[in-house]
Amino acid sequence: MNSDKITKIVLFSVSFIILFIAGGMVFSLVGGAIPSFKTFGLGFITSSQWDPTEGKESYGALPFIAGTLITSFAALIISFPLSFATSLFLGEYYRNTRVAKVLGTMVDLLAGIPSIVYGLWGFYVLRPFLIDIGFENQGFGVFTSSLVLAIMIIPYATSLSNEIISMVPNDLKEAAYSLGSTRYEVIMHVTVPAARSGIFAGYILSFGRALGETMAVTMLIGNANIIPDSLFSTGNTMASVIANQFGEADGLKLSALISIGLLLFVITGIVNGIGKLIIKKMN
Amino acid sequence: MRAIISVLVLAVLFTACQNSAKKTEKSSGEKVSLTAAGATFPLPFYNLVFKNYTESKGTLVTYGGIGSGGGIRSLTDKVVDFGATDAYLEDKQLAEMPAPVVHIPTCLGAVVIAYNLPGVDELKLSDELLEKIFLGEITKWNDPQIAANNAGLKLPAKDILFVHRSDGSGTTHIFSDYMTKISTKWAEKVGTGKSLNWPVGMGAKGNPGVVGTISQTEGAIGYVGSEFAFSQKIQMAKVQNSKGEYVLPTIASVSAAAKGSIPDDTRIMLTNSSDPESYPISGFTWIILYKEQSYNGRSLAQAEETVKLLDWLVSTEAQAEAANVNYAPLTEDAAAKAKAILRSITYDGKAILN
Repeated sequence: MNSDKITKIVLFSVSFIILFIAGGMVFSLVGGAIPSFKTFGLGFITSSQWDPTEGKESYGALPFIAGTLITSFAALIISFPLSFATSLFLGEYYRNTRVAKVLGTMVDLLAGIPSIVYGLWGFYVLRPFLIDIGFENQGFGVFTSSLVLAIMIIPYATSLSNEIISMVPNDLKEAAYSLGSTRYEVIMHVTVPAARSGIFAGYILSFGRALGETMAVTMLIGNANIIPDSLFSTGNTMASVIANQFGEADGLKLSALISIGLLLFVITGIVNGIGKLIIKKMN
Repeated sequence: MRAIISVLVLAVLFTACQNSAKKTEKSSGEKVSLTAAGATFPLPFYNLVFKNYTESKGTLVTYGGIGSGGGIRSLTDKVVDFGATDAYLEDKQLAEMPAPVVHIPTCLGAVVIAYNLPGVDELKLSDELLEKIFLGEITKWNDPQIAANNAGLKLPAKDILFVHRSDGSGTTHIFSDYMTKISTKWAEKVGTGKSLNWPVGMGAKGNPGVVGTISQTEGAIGYVGSEFAFSQKIQMAKVQNSKGEYVLPTIASVSAAAKGSIPDDTRIMLTNSSDPESYPISGFTWIILYKEQSYNGRSLAQAEETVKLLDWLVSTEAQAEAANVNYAPLTEDAAAKAKAILRSITYDGKAILN
């Protein structure tokens, strides 16, 4: 056998293992989710009742789906101006300068901080601060979690957009300059449009990250199993209810938690799919 | 094909040999190690006494704090020598176990009502106040109903924030069992369980999460396991017991909850005890094991060591350690009943202890 063939076989089997693991996960999630979907049907997704009391058990995932989507969207909106400005600064205005290198490293560092540390910071620093300035009453809820989530996802959007922005061909930009464009016009009419699919991919990535974030959110959202009725209301997310409750769960409740895991998997898949579709359209 | 079969046969033979080798080693009584898992509530107590036991008797005891539910599951699956739980098995659960199971009470704990109101000490809570605060009917600390029960206390005009557990817990079970006993409204709307459909408030993970949230938030109130609350600097409310007395949770008042009559199988929730000195939100924690110890090829030595350890655990020597880690020791009556149950445990039909 020649080395080419061996390489091919090795690569094929390694990729196959990944496919096998992902498939196995879906399989076991679906298997575990069957009892709760059998009991509640599609009502599991639309019901906002989460009652684990013995004898009148009833589970619905709507509060958690709502909590997850609301916190993640809010985080995306809050993080957008910050990460967009930073990526322009790094990739366009101060490209290849010392300042950009230091700042870029700091942004990457943000991505490396464990989420429990963000949670602690949110709990002991940000929350009391929000109460002190009179912005919040108790400090637990959707707003505080979204704020911390926003900071957590900044590096994902920033790094990718920055990379793409600095890859926009100089020829394009020089052509625009030679036509008399100002720097602002070049950015708005050349750089950003040329890099938009990459920038967009960065935000999809960070949104996906926000969807699955667990620890920091658990510490700040208040873990009340209700649909948040305002930005300052408490709530709960899909990842956080699983982390909180699987320990003592059995029977139908365990199945309900696994179903939420499956739904989270599906939602993440849909978000990625939509993202890919939009990127394709843009190109 | 023949090659595969012969490999399989060899493998089976090999494991069989190994098994029998293990068995002889065990029955010769050389070294037996015990494995157990279950409730996290008594974990500090078990860690301390099992370590002492290993040091003095040489038997290694490993206890995994995986939660009461996990303890029951592990015993059902027969992967541990004994399990531990904060809620006794109901008749239905007992019937579902693969073999008869007995309960051994090991110590008492309580659920403390902790709060954060600077300058407001010795808050007194009646049944009615507990019901209304935890159902969300009273929302301000300066509510006249709280003031009427607490003459002389300066109550602020702050919102009440109820902090409950976000994870399933035996602590929640004891708390809700008490609430169900004192309030029909609670019984109807919420009920008893390890996790509940909470009418108000926010959740925090574990006792440390609840205490952390309360101590960080002025106006917060919540329930915390005594084993954790006693080791923290936190305000605790006096709770009215069934004799109308307001009692602060202490080792003595928790122990007093077990002074009433206890059934022979010790399966009783001690909440709302009739003893006038008792703190009303108290309860046993149990170790559960099979009544017939000869199962899954367990050796006699393994069974003997299991029962001996538990017999020592309810002895005065081990019980004296309880208070050091903030648990209340068993009353004499409870310890005597536990010993009687241990003497009913058999190996191949013969009593192990006598």
